[in-house]
Amino acid sequence: MTPAQPPSIDSGQTESPSAATPASANPATYAPAPAAPQTSRRSFLKAGGMLSLSSLMGTAALMTQSDDAHAAAEWAEHFQKNYRLMTDQEKLEARVRLERRYSAEYGKPVSVDITGPQPGVLMGYALNIRKCIGCRRCVHACVAENNQSRGTRPGEKIEWIQVLRMERGKFEAEKMDHGYPEGLGIQVGGNAYTPAGQVLEGQFHYNPEAVPEKDATYMPIACMQCEKPPCVKVCPVRTTYREGDGPVVIDYNWCIGCRMCMGACPYWARRINVTTPVLPKAEMNPVTHYLGNRPRMRGVVEKCHWCLQRTRHGRYPACVEVCPVGARKFGNLLDPESEVSKVLERKNVFRLKADLNTFPKFFYFYD
Amino acid sequence: MRKLIRFATDYANYVLKGGKQFYAWMATLAVFIVAMLYVFYLQNTEGLIVTGMTSQIHEGLYFANLVFLVGVAAGAVTIVFPAYVYHHEGMHKVSVLGEMLAITAVIMVMMFVFAHMGRPDRLWHMIPPWGIYSLSSMLGWDVLVLTGYLILNIICGFYYLWCKYTGNPINKRWFIPLVFVAIAWALSIHTVTAFLIATMPARPMWHHTVMPIRFIATAFAAGPALIILIFLIIRKTTKFWIDDSAIQLLSTIVTWCLGIAIFLTLSEVVIELYARTEHANGLYYLMFGLHGLTRLVPWFWSAVVLMVGAFILFLTPAVRNNMKLLSIACAMAFTGIWIEKGMGLIVPGFIPSPIGEVTEYYPSFVEWLMTLGIWAFGFFVLTILLKGAIGILLGDIKFGGQTAVAK
Repeated sequence: MTPAQPPSIDSGQTESPSAATPASANPATYAPAPAAPQTSRRSFLKAGGMLSLSSLMGTAALMTQSDDAHAAAEWAEHFQKNYRLMTDQEKLEARVRLERRYSAEYGKPVSVDITGPQPGVLMGYALNIRKCIGCRRCVHACVAENNQSRGTRPGEKIEWIQVLRMERGKFEAEKMDHGYPEGLGIQVGGNAYTPAGQVLEGQFHYNPEAVPEKDATYMPIACMQCEKPPCVKVCPVRTTYREGDGPVVIDYNWCIGCRMCMGACPYWARRINVTTPVLPKAEMNPVTHYLGNRPRMRGVVEKCHWCLQRTRHGRYPACVEVCPVGARKFGNLLDPESEVSKVLERKNVFRLKADLNTFPKFFYFYD
Repeated sequence: MRKLIRFATDYANYVLKGGKQFYAWMATLAVFIVAMLYVFYLQNTEGLIVTGMTSQIHEGLYFANLVFLVGVAAGAVTIVFPAYVYHHEGMHKVSVLGEMLAITAVIMVMMFVFAHMGRPDRLWHMIPPWGIYSLSSMLGWDVLVLTGYLILNIICGFYYLWCKYTGNPINKRWFIPLVFVAIAWALSIHTVTAFLIATMPARPMWHHTVMPIRFIATAFAAGPALIILIFLIIRKTTKFWIDDSAIQLLSTIVTWCLGIAIFLTLSEVVIELYARTEHANGLYYLMFGLHGLTRLVPWFWSAVVLMVGAFILFLTPAVRNNMKLLSIACAMAFTGIWIEKGMGLIVPGFIPSPIGEVTEYYPSFVEWLMTLGIWAFGFFVLTILLKGAIGILLGDIKFGGQTAVAK
């Protein structure tokens, strides 16, 4: 964990010692900063909400030593560096800034973890597609854990996991000779096929009364945390990158929202926040990680990060924890005794779209 | 220095004075520009939710126009190249007008970049030393070559005008090499833009090698088609006469680049639809629709009709030698390529999504307003640049001369 030395930050005249103390991952031990007045921040934001104007206004706000801790935090965020290039001190400042802002915004103590990759850990994931029953509990647990937007307008609802429904298909005797062209001796092709084991376009928004359905199998899909991630390659500002312990993460404060990464991802793992995410205060998960599930802002891209706020502290990702059939396995690929290593050792595994050479660390297997 | 200030004031005086028609034109454009500023404000307070873009189809009208206008910018080289490489007399006289068009188009591209971004307030993140420049990103390269092209054209264009203004001879020792650099650079901007989308195997519709040459071919058809239209307007509204030979050569270039573009499109259709793999789904959606969703089908076929129709018209001597009919053919080619290379290329790249979801994209009113506004701004800038350039070419703006007033 980070040192306990409280960083001194601008406009902190009113701050109590407890507010500046870096929080641990457990919000219970953390005392929130005094909530700043909400209204003045709103009007302030509106006034300078556009473009380079905002930079000028931000400088002005800092120079005039605005009492509004909220606004000051916003402007300081505006000028901060790419997370990867920050010094430890700067990371700490950014973290305290965010903790104070989020705590005031959501009315509860929020912690922003900045724990880095742990030595000797390379995260890996394996999913048993034979076991998956398509209940989508993983999807909902993920949304709750990772503070995804829950709005109702198109684009406001964000889910990182998609469960694809695949047809079992059906072959019948009477169709076996339905070749084409009809009436000629030689058949160029047949019509006896059914789309068995295939995802039909647009059909994964299934909504059955009960799962599993008789005529379907399921394949959950989310970010594959590729070893050769095409999304990272195309990012013009290096805001998305691979962390030392494997996951591909995003510095939400550095993202310019160009969406090249979304075009490059062969697994449709990334989402754009088309507006300020809808995150009710009561539902907000206060245990967050800087590169993980902290609340996002308008206009940036987000994706699965294997619950860094949990996994860097030895816990399972939310989807693994919630899976009722134990289809999801997560662990350290470098540890031969981990579940994932055991799966790779003993089961038949495959990776999705292996032909694209992205080398996912997310494996599918069956038993 | 004094000369430079005189140049600026003479230029401004000449450009700002005009007839009723001129002011009416500029005022109309200004209305659209104001509307654009409003929707830009909306987009950066409400978010991209005011557009039709989603996580499924996250590039739309803005990106389509961006791609198309990079082509128009590159297309300006169809004037500069014959002028300086083949010493074409008629072209040489007007080559600076092509540079003015290139400047305008690049400015418009940059505005569409701003419109497209989720966080335009953070674009400085791309610019070192404050930001990070990523050499592995095609978008980074695109910004680099576009900025370079803008600077090259400003230098070449305005140095030429400056020499005409002051009456000094052009220093050919650095000017001519720079012009040749700009010619090669024009190819680079559109090639890199093609790479931008063609280097994504996740989008099979774009992932093929024909993309750069198809981009160049369509650019060298749409660009000069627009230039011909502008030339015809200039001939009509100013004293400046553009030689028939220049227009004739441009129309030949349009004809054969359009022919190549049609050929490449046809090849793609045959190759993709013969095997009809899943990778052809995007094209199939564009041509016939997929899962009952057919939003882009009329869009595609109208582009086919316009492009093939224009090609036939260009091949007909009675049309290409008649300036009135020629302008119709040019407008058809320009519109056809705008449709085909814009939304017709960008949107189906996302349909179906990499995991098989078929959704559709509808540009919202905000997007149309923004697009119209940026085009209006483009014409606003182009009018100013062309008017000034023509004033200098005509000798109406001259160092030491009386401040002349445009007709």
